[in-house]
Amino acid sequence: MTPDDALTRYATRLGDNALVLGQRMIELVAVSPELEEELANANFSLDYIGQARMFYTYAGEREGEGRDEDDFAFLRPEHEYRNLLLVEQPNGHFGDSIVRAVLFESFYVLLLDALTHCSDEGLAGIAARAIKEVRYHLKHSSQWLVRLGDGTEVSHDRVQESLDSLWSYTGEMFVADELDDIVRDAFEGPDLEAIAGQWRHAVTAIANAATLAMPDDGWMASGGKEGRHTEHFGYLLADLQNMQRTYPGVAW
Amino acid sequence: MVAAGYKREQILDWLSEVADPEIPVLTIMDLGIVRDVDCNDGVTVSLTPTYSGCPATEAIEASVVAALEDQGVPDVRIKRVLSPPWTTDWISNEGREKLRIYGIAPPERRNRPIACPRCRSTSTSRVSEFGSTACKASYKCLDCLEPFEYFKCL
Repeated sequence: MTPDDALTRYATRLGDNALVLGQRMIELVAVSPELEEELANANFSLDYIGQARMFYTYAGEREGEGRDEDDFAFLRPEHEYRNLLLVEQPNGHFGDSIVRAVLFESFYVLLLDALTHCSDEGLAGIAARAIKEVRYHLKHSSQWLVRLGDGTEVSHDRVQESLDSLWSYTGEMFVADELDDIVRDAFEGPDLEAIAGQWRHAVTAIANAATLAMPDDGWMASGGKEGRHTEHFGYLLADLQNMQRTYPGVAW
Repeated sequence: MVAAGYKREQILDWLSEVADPEIPVLTIMDLGIVRDVDCNDGVTVSLTPTYSGCPATEAIEASVVAALEDQGVPDVRIKRVLSPPWTTDWISNEGREKLRIYGIAPPERRNRPIACPRCRSTSTSRVSEFGSTACKASYKCLDCLEPFEYFKCL
């Protein structure tokens, strides 16, 4: 794979993470526990979908085959999506959604920070735009985790369970594949090994503040980066793509 | 005959009539999202989005094209510029004053008190970090008791 191809695929993958998490958060609209969360979720979701649009548009331009953001979002089957398994996990209860957000966003902030220093101007530009938003999202999700973890006995136990059960989806984030290696070497991109250490440090600090125990590293699920997804993903995609699949080419 | 070229100043002047669709008292010049105007070979306006998910981005681009077409500029192109990312620091002083008059507290530097846009009291408290749009938070004034929106720093 040429470095240029790798970068295009890498941008698509970043778009996949953002779109899938954005879609999950959209599902929370109208079912949030309070009005403030309703607005926060909807706004965060818009940020993620906006980021996905930038990544996809950029990937499409680089690819040069005339694909636009909508082609990437609506016309690719499951196995062509290369998002992390973590972001496609169902919303569960509110604590599950918050833990998923904390685990992903604390990783994504570090990844974006590294990308703002990469040698590809296009990707660095999108990362610089996105990181400002994701820092804010992380502030929100970690505040909630502290509130729930250090809340009542019930809320503490429930988010501890969320943390324990979602933990097995975190290993995949730090396993570098061919794309990660090429982007790191050819474009001064993120070093996942370094990020893994920083991430653990950041998550431990939040967990401590939330009086939660850090889970042990056991078996870790993987496959998202290769297009092998959990069973939940097909349903998410069916919902997301329904209009374009039913009425191909339909426009507003 | 010399081909009709437009002057940058003239274009900027026309652009200062284009309002933000969500906060119509502000023009796109007040917001600081017009990065550049290039009058070589047609007119290319470089714009920067505020937030990634801002639904106004497309509407603003369409308004820019429409505003210039109304002035008879035939070949308007829009270029999206992402880097460096937009910040609320780019909102002009005039824009800040317009926001205040409109009833939205303009973004303040870190740790500076947020003043009520109506009575100017700095005795205010945050009701919600998340308001009607991604860029605003909800506040209330503890002196005049009016609720108001605050344009968050970014």
